[in-house]
Amino acid sequence: MEGASIESVIEKIGGLDIEIVRRGRGRPVLFLHPHIGFWGAGRFVDAMAKHAEVIAPAHPGFGRSALAKGMTTVDDLSYFYLDLLEQLDLRDVVLVGASFGGWLAAAIATKTCERLARLVMLGAVGVKLGARDRTDVVDIFATPRSKWEEVSFHDPAHGRRDYSALPDEELQAMARNREATALFAWNPYMYDPKLFGRLHRIRIPTLFLWGAADRFAPAGYGRGYCAAVRGAVFEEVAGAGHFPHIEQPEAVAARIAEFALGKQLEKQP
Amino acid sequence: MRIYQFSEQPYPDAWENPSIRVNLASRAMDPKVMAQNYHDRLDEWLLADELGLDIMINEHHATATCCCPVAAVPLAILARQTKRARLLTLGYPIANRLDPVRVAEEFAMIDVISRGRLEMGLVRGVPYEVPLSVRSAVGQMDRFWEAHDLILKAMTSIDGPFDWQGEHFQYRNVNVWPRVYQQPHPPVWITGRAPQNIREIAERGYVLGTFLSGFQTRQLFDHYRKACADLGRPAPAEDRFSYLGIVAIAQDRKEAMRRAEVMVGYLRSSGRVAEPFGTPPGYFSVGDAMRMIKARGARGTTTRDGKFVDTHHGAIEDLVKAGIMFVGTPDDVYGQLAEFIDNIGGLGHFLMMGHAGHLTHAEAMEQITLVAKEVLPRLNARRPAAKAA
Repeated sequence: MEGASIESVIEKIGGLDIEIVRRGRGRPVLFLHPHIGFWGAGRFVDAMAKHAEVIAPAHPGFGRSALAKGMTTVDDLSYFYLDLLEQLDLRDVVLVGASFGGWLAAAIATKTCERLARLVMLGAVGVKLGARDRTDVVDIFATPRSKWEEVSFHDPAHGRRDYSALPDEELQAMARNREATALFAWNPYMYDPKLFGRLHRIRIPTLFLWGAADRFAPAGYGRGYCAAVRGAVFEEVAGAGHFPHIEQPEAVAARIAEFALGKQLEKQP
Repeated sequence: MRIYQFSEQPYPDAWENPSIRVNLASRAMDPKVMAQNYHDRLDEWLLADELGLDIMINEHHATATCCCPVAAVPLAILARQTKRARLLTLGYPIANRLDPVRVAEEFAMIDVISRGRLEMGLVRGVPYEVPLSVRSAVGQMDRFWEAHDLILKAMTSIDGPFDWQGEHFQYRNVNVWPRVYQQPHPPVWITGRAPQNIREIAERGYVLGTFLSGFQTRQLFDHYRKACADLGRPAPAEDRFSYLGIVAIAQDRKEAMRRAEVMVGYLRSSGRVAEPFGTPPGYFSVGDAMRMIKARGARGTTTRDGKFVDTHHGAIEDLVKAGIMFVGTPDDVYGQLAEFIDNIGGLGHFLMMGHAGHLTHAEAMEQITLVAKEVLPRLNARRPAAKAA
């Protein structure tokens, strides 16, 4: 399994030093990484870049991206991304969000779909659907490290790493990702109570792709989430857990290309 | 010099579990047994009051190691039932609390009922309190200081309500009744280990709380002294410094050693917590978090001679040499404490864990009596200038 090392640069976006991955040419695909950052996303980015221009920033506070004082919510992050869309003058964007990044994608799209053409939610979190006395998705902050891979992957071998051998840059990114996740998703854990009631504002074709073996956010959660977005389609990805873009990068990239790039892009009324 | 009787009010019957914090089911407790534990500890504090010792309470949550999740409860009881002891809580984890004004109200009431005997300790709290907190550890110290500022303003505002519109807390019409007994407010204590935190405590002239840091305590106190010197202030008095250690004392050295073996169960078990809860994100700096991802380090201190002692697993002899435990006859304990206090450059408040683990009520009562009658007077006679101001 490859490491986190995707070639990235630092760009000034919204007044912040932001780590950003750019690959390929064509229609812009804005990829919003999950709470574990860019780790494991290299093959997916490469596969996607065969079809499109992939733009993948590390969210403020994650990876090597700076965090603005006062940014404490996914809502704050969504406004940062609205600025980014304007600053980079991106149009007809295919917005792809994985897990925590899917929450963020929904927070953006419920504000405005003006610059967006398609939305893809990969094992997305962000809404509360189930009983109030238990969490809908697994609490990573209460999960022993030894169990994390089992919860996250179809094949836990995908996630196993020798932490003691990781280079400092990667450890630093991991530590920052973990801290930023706590900042944005500690409580309410991995959701915004307001988001569900705003999902009707997503007015672009939306595809939910869900790992068939997702033990972190079960498929039932994904189906419930999908049902709240008008016209959205739900599909499972075989051989994948919570991070289909890591376990099935080529298949996921191909499906996104077909869904979002293969046809003429038309906004729904 | 003051000595404070302290117990975590434990439930040691449940200590054999692999994790005794955060996720230990309370089914493991028999409330009838715990009721007796509470009564015994309160009686020990009443004896401490009678014999000239002071009193320390703390609080933790969801754990068998300290079954006091609300320090205000024993403080309230003791405020009424004791006559003279200072009532220290060390402390309130104010960064994890949602309601600092409620903290000010609790403190104010305890201060008034006790007729001005509250010592107001504020703590950041240990890492494994964070998983129980509504708020994460990210920015915890910012929140701590804002809560502190609000609590102090709430206590000292006596001319009607004010509004608080801060970064972390927002209130309308803050107006604390009763007015605090000690003017302008009860003494503030804060625990600290990082040099920057100690500097902030020193700048405000508060009492620095240190726990089980052994001979490394000298460095911690030196940070405080240096901060005062940098500010052009006189050297801080001994009453700005406090230290928590464990005391096992008996007329017979062998019996004291046996008690130490019982009490050390606290050290052996208190760090026992399921893995994900020990290193909550945001609690440690990114650099420290990186090291923790790589490998978990043992917590420890050093003896006077520089030998590393693992706080949680060290032998009794080593823990005594490290200044974490004070064990033996009254002569022994006096000697160990005197040497320790000289080494760290003076001490105003010794926080004595005089009850821990399975130590019986009768044994704890005897320990309190021996310390009050045979150790404290000698420490004060030795250093008459250090008597509490």
